[in-house]
Amino acid sequence: MALIDLREIYKVYDMGAEKVHALNGVDLEVQRGEYVAIMGSSGSGKSTLMNLLGCLDTPSSGSYILNGTAVQELDDSELAAIRNKEIGFVFQTFNLLARTDALHNVELPLIYAGLSRAERRERARKALERVGLGSRMTHQPNELSGGQRQRVAIARALVNDPSILLADEPTGNLDSATSEEIMHLFDELHQAGNTVVLVTHEPDIAEHAWRKVTLRDGKVTSDQITARAEAAAAAAVPAS
Amino acid sequence: MVFLENFRIALGALRANLMRSILTTLGIIIGVAAVIGVVSIVQGLQYTITQQLQGVGATFIAVSAKNDRSNIPGLAARQVKLTPEDAQAIEERVPGVKMMSPFILGRAAIKYKDRKHNPFMIIGATENYQDVTNQTVDRGRFFSQVDLDNHRKVTVIGPKIADELNLGPDPLGKEIYIDVYPATVIGIMEKKGQNLGMDFDDIVYVPFSSAVNLFGRNAADQVQVRLQAASAEGVPQVKDGITRLLRQRHKIPTSEPDDFEIQTQDEILKTVNSVLGSVTAVVGGVVGIALLVGGIGIMNIMLVSVTERTREIGVRKAVGARRQDVLLQFLIEAVTLSLIGGGIGLALGFGLGAMVSKLIPGFPPAHVPLWAVGLAIGFSAGVGIFFGIYPAAKASRLDPIEALRYE
Repeated sequence: MALIDLREIYKVYDMGAEKVHALNGVDLEVQRGEYVAIMGSSGSGKSTLMNLLGCLDTPSSGSYILNGTAVQELDDSELAAIRNKEIGFVFQTFNLLARTDALHNVELPLIYAGLSRAERRERARKALERVGLGSRMTHQPNELSGGQRQRVAIARALVNDPSILLADEPTGNLDSATSEEIMHLFDELHQAGNTVVLVTHEPDIAEHAWRKVTLRDGKVTSDQITARAEAAAAAAVPAS
Repeated sequence: MVFLENFRIALGALRANLMRSILTTLGIIIGVAAVIGVVSIVQGLQYTITQQLQGVGATFIAVSAKNDRSNIPGLAARQVKLTPEDAQAIEERVPGVKMMSPFILGRAAIKYKDRKHNPFMIIGATENYQDVTNQTVDRGRFFSQVDLDNHRKVTVIGPKIADELNLGPDPLGKEIYIDVYPATVIGIMEKKGQNLGMDFDDIVYVPFSSAVNLFGRNAADQVQVRLQAASAEGVPQVKDGITRLLRQRHKIPTSEPDDFEIQTQDEILKTVNSVLGSVTAVVGGVVGIALLVGGIGIMNIMLVSVTERTREIGVRKAVGARRQDVLLQFLIEAVTLSLIGGGIGLALGFGLGAMVSKLIPGFPPAHVPLWAVGLAIGFSAGVGIFFGIYPAAKASRLDPIEALRYE
């Protein structure tokens, strides 16, 4: 069974006079361990799709099954629990808590998971070491560079072992060298078995993924394997 | 556990905006400080007055003419009198009276050599006065039956009088002038201090007849009577006996109210307590308003805080905070804020009470009862919850998508 299974997803926003069809019948399956980039220009519906995938919002109609759970039937508290357990968000603007050191920022999802303080510490420390920030744990966001902040955010996304790492333009606020570093980290996380869904409008960022889904006007217009996946597949097949 | 975590978050958020937090809680601080300050002063007063009244004993009874004639239409034409003969009759004919002293009081200037002084009051009493009111002479003696019978020109003075008139180390035997009448000092009363603006050390005692000379014959028709019943259990009977006797002597028809007042120690205590109780109630009202204003301040700052931290709320919700988690977080912050205000107010109020009692000479020491502390803390927590619930609910209802997008 697919990790993410979207069927006939519609999302309609009622803007008073007119109805905006942000998603117009989207079908999408993502298997465990995939590395998917969702592309599309502004207004294509990719942000709406990302919010739905992240369980921040529910569809107007259609079914969304995430890791065996029918998300469209859940209430507010259950959605919060799903976000806590299944989703690791990485945002364009990092969204770290100000005046709060890296360790405490990373601990945040574990507080709502109800873990003990000692266990939270331990896991947050490991997550920060995983993203290469073992020496910056007590730094506050304003004492960190943009790349380091995004690493803290990634550690926060990873800390509760989510089913999906959901990144919304993760390099949008970073220079190209730092972007490359962050994308390299995502590649590593994918290699390690994490399912990564990347929302971006930058083609070179999307090329890091193995699968590229393009949206336009609320519909999937293309769904293809990237050059990188082909290369990997070719490498996996023994030369005849 | 999440509760503790929320408390930690709240403290962090309040510390981050320290000045703002303190200013916000000012209303609570002032309210609680006022209630604790006033309660501590009132309680101190009550304690001291109670102590003093208990000093005169449970058998103490005071009788005086009811001078508030406006309330007694039938008496308007008649002069309300309470005479030494009434007092004498009480002693002789009411069973259960152990001792009795009539007295009159007034004011007059006193003089010794070139020193002049206006004492707080001059009391003309009989030899029993000292015992009836349970007072002690420090040096010398109180006047006796013999002094009264022989119309001796003697006086007993409060300790302050000796200083005011500069009577020197040995005031006994010195002759002072009360108005134009000479009197020899035969005793100095024990130091009693001040209470409710009355200086008990600034009193001159003279024999009853001397006071009549001093204040005129009419004054003798307006005596006050202090007496001691033989036993505490006998006080109600004595009171009834005095009532019957005086009504009969004053020829009051059964349809008309008494033209005199009888107060027992118990009743005086009740009166004092009811006066102090109303002071507390009035202050309570003022404090209620202060707490209301303080609460609105807290609600206001919490609304600002929720708006400022919209993104934080979005992040918390994105990583799994439920509505109730966010609600609790902001509610705890509001309650913490008002509790800190309550704590500071408590300390300030205590200091205020202590300062007032130190600054006003003779004022009793401040006394803060535990219930007032509990009340102050309880009230500030209540204000925090009441005024914190709306901003907290607002925060908890924020849509995470909107909140994350908020600039």
